[in-house]
Amino acid sequence: MSPNELPQHEELVDEKLVISFFLAALGYLFVSMLGGFLMALQLIRHFPFPGVELLSPGRWRMIHTNVVAYGFLANAFLGALHWAVPRLTLRTVLSKRLSWFIFAAWQVVVLSTAIGIMLGQAQALEWGETPVWIDPLALAGLLLVAVNFMAPISRLTGPMYVTLWYFMAAFVWTFLTYAMGNFMPQYFVTGTAAGAVGGLFIHDLVGLFVTPLGWGLMYYFVPIMLKKPIWSHGLSLVGFWGLAFFYPLNGIHHFLYTPIPMFLQYAAIVATIAVELVVTTVLINFFATLKGSMSALVTNMPIRWFYSGMVFYFLTCLQCSFQTTLTFQALIHFTDWVVGHAHMVMFGVFSFWLLGVMTYLFPRLLKTEWASQKMLSWHYWLSLVGITLMSADLIVAGPFQGYSWAQLLPWEVSIELSIPFWAVRLVAGLLMFSGLLVFLTNIGLTWAKSRKLSHVAANV
Amino acid sequence: MILEKKSGVLFIAGLVFFGLAFVSNAVVPALMYKKLPEKTAEQLVTVNGNLRYQFEDLARRWPEAFRAAFGEIPPEEGNEREKWLNRACADALRKGRDVYVAEGCWHCHSQFIRPVSNEDKRFGPVSKSDEYQNELQRPVLFGTRRVGPDLIREGGRHSNDWHAVHFFKPVTLSTGSVMPEYPWLFDGSPDKPNKKGLALMTYVQWLGSWLESYPYYQDYQENLVLKLKAEVRR
Repeated sequence: MSPNELPQHEELVDEKLVISFFLAALGYLFVSMLGGFLMALQLIRHFPFPGVELLSPGRWRMIHTNVVAYGFLANAFLGALHWAVPRLTLRTVLSKRLSWFIFAAWQVVVLSTAIGIMLGQAQALEWGETPVWIDPLALAGLLLVAVNFMAPISRLTGPMYVTLWYFMAAFVWTFLTYAMGNFMPQYFVTGTAAGAVGGLFIHDLVGLFVTPLGWGLMYYFVPIMLKKPIWSHGLSLVGFWGLAFFYPLNGIHHFLYTPIPMFLQYAAIVATIAVELVVTTVLINFFATLKGSMSALVTNMPIRWFYSGMVFYFLTCLQCSFQTTLTFQALIHFTDWVVGHAHMVMFGVFSFWLLGVMTYLFPRLLKTEWASQKMLSWHYWLSLVGITLMSADLIVAGPFQGYSWAQLLPWEVSIELSIPFWAVRLVAGLLMFSGLLVFLTNIGLTWAKSRKLSHVAANV
Repeated sequence: MILEKKSGVLFIAGLVFFGLAFVSNAVVPALMYKKLPEKTAEQLVTVNGNLRYQFEDLARRWPEAFRAAFGEIPPEEGNEREKWLNRACADALRKGRDVYVAEGCWHCHSQFIRPVSNEDKRFGPVSKSDEYQNELQRPVLFGTRRVGPDLIREGGRHSNDWHAVHFFKPVTLSTGSVMPEYPWLFDGSPDKPNKKGLALMTYVQWLGSWLESYPYYQDYQENLVLKLKAEVRR
C-alpha cells in the first residue's frame, strides 16, 4: 500500500470518545482522591463529618480503591486504547457505536459501584468490593471491550508488535481475573482456599490488567516520541513472556503466614523474586532506548512522566522482592509499609504513565497547544513530590508499627507513633490532589483556547 | 515465532499460564481443604454455648431493642425456645457479618493470628484452617491491614455494653482511638442498639468463641510501658 491508500487518522480514531474516556477518568481520580482525603482526616482524628453514614470513612476507603481501579485506570486505559489500537493496526475497532455503548455502560458500572458501596452493599473481596449484583454486568462489559478491540487485531497477519502482545493478553487475563476473583470465593470455595483466590485476585488485578496495558502503552508511545525503535526486540520477548509466566504465580504472597499450605507460600515468594529479574530486563531495554536522547527528559513532558513512572516501577518491584520474603513479612505485614508500596505502584507508576499519555494526547485531541507549559510542570512536580513523600513516609512508618506490635506494647502506642506519619501522608496527598487540580485547570484553559481558535477559524 | 503470534499470546500466555497459576494457587488449596466441611451459620450456633450466652445477654440488656429486631423469645423453656434462639442467633450472625463487610471493618481489623511477631502472645492461638471453613468466611475476611487490633480472638474479651458504647463513639472507651463512629447502628444513644448494632455485636462476640479456652486477653509488657511513661515524664 502506498501512504495515500493507508487509512487516515480521522477514520481510525474517534477523538470525542477518547476525550470522553479521559475526562471521565480524571473525574473519578478526583472522587477517589477525595475518598483518600476523608480517610486520611479520620486517621489524624480530624474527620469533619463524624457519624454521617453516607460519608463514613470506612466506606469511602473502599470507594477510594475501587474508583481508582475501575473509574480512573480503566477509563484512562480505554481512552488510550481507542487511540493506540486503531492507529497501530490501521483498522477501526469493531464498531464505534459499540465503543460509545461501552463508554456509557462502564460509567454506569463505576457509578453503581461507588453508590452501592456508599449505601453499604460492599462485597467482602478486597479491591473488588463492587456489590455482588454488579459483577456480571462488569464482566459483560469486559467481554465487549475484548471483542471490540480484538476485531482489528485479529485481522493482522504474521508476527505482531510488542504492544499488541500485552494488549491481547490483557483482554484475556482481565476477564478471567475478574470472573475468578468475584465469583469463586463468593460462590464456590470458602475459608483458607478463598483467601488464596483473594490474594490471586488482588495480585492479578495489578499484574494482569493494569501492568500489561501500561507496558503495552509504553512500548507504543516511547518509540514514537523518541523517534527510534525499542533497543532490543529480544529483551521485549523476555519481558513479556517472563511476566506472563511468573506474575500470575505470585498471588499467595499477599497472605503469608496464614493457614494456606507453606509450600504454596514458598512458591509464591520464589515467583515474586523472579518477577523482579524479569522487570530488570524490561527496564534495561527502555533505558537503553533512552540512551542518546536523555534531553527528552527535560524537554518532553510525557517522556518525563513515563520514565519517572519506570523508575518507580523498578523501585516497587525491588521493594517487592524484599518484602515478599518471610523475614520482612513477619515485621511489615499489616503495616503502612504495604500501603506505601501500593500507592507507589498505583500512582507513581500507572497513574504517571496515564497522565503522561494524557499530557501527550490532549493537545492533539483538542488541536491546540497546552494553554500553560508552566502548569504542566507544576502538575508533574506536585505529583512527583507528593507520591515520593507519601510512599517514603508510609514505608518508614511500617517498621515502627511492626516493631511496636512485636514488642507487645499496648495498641495505643502504635496509633500514637503513627499519627505524625499519617499527618505527613495527608500533606503528601494534598500535594498530589493540588497537582490534579492544576492539570484539570490547564485542560479547561486549553479547551477554552481551542474553542476560541476554531471560532476565529470559522469567522475567517 | 509462535511467541510473537496471536495463537501464542492468546493461548499460551493468556490461557495456559493463567490456568497454571489458577490450578496451583487456587485449585490446589481448594482440593486440600475439601475434606473440611463448610459449616452453615446454624451449625456454628448449635455447638457454641459461648455465642448463645452472648446472644441471650443482648436480650437481657436491651429487651425492647432485641424484641424489635428479632421478635419475642418463646417464654417457656424447652425445644421450641432453643430452636427459636438458634435460628435468631444464626440470622444475627449473617446480618452482623454483612454490617462488618459493609462498613469496611475488615480493612482496619485483620482476622488471622500469625505464628510470628509475638502475635500468639498478644492475641491468642495461631489461626488454623478449619476455623475458617464456614459460610461466614465466604469470601474470607483475613484482611491485609491492622490499624486496629486483630479481631479473630475478640469474642468474650469485652462485654456487649462495652461494644455498644464503643461502636457509638470509640474514643469514650479507647483513648486516642482513630476508629470512626457508627451511630447509625443505634436509635440515638448507645443504650438503644438497632438490629444492625445487635447483629454486629453478635458477630464480633462470635469471633474466637469456638475455641476451648476462651476468651483470650491482650498481653503486653506492663513494665516496659511504665518505663516508657517515666522516661516521657522526665
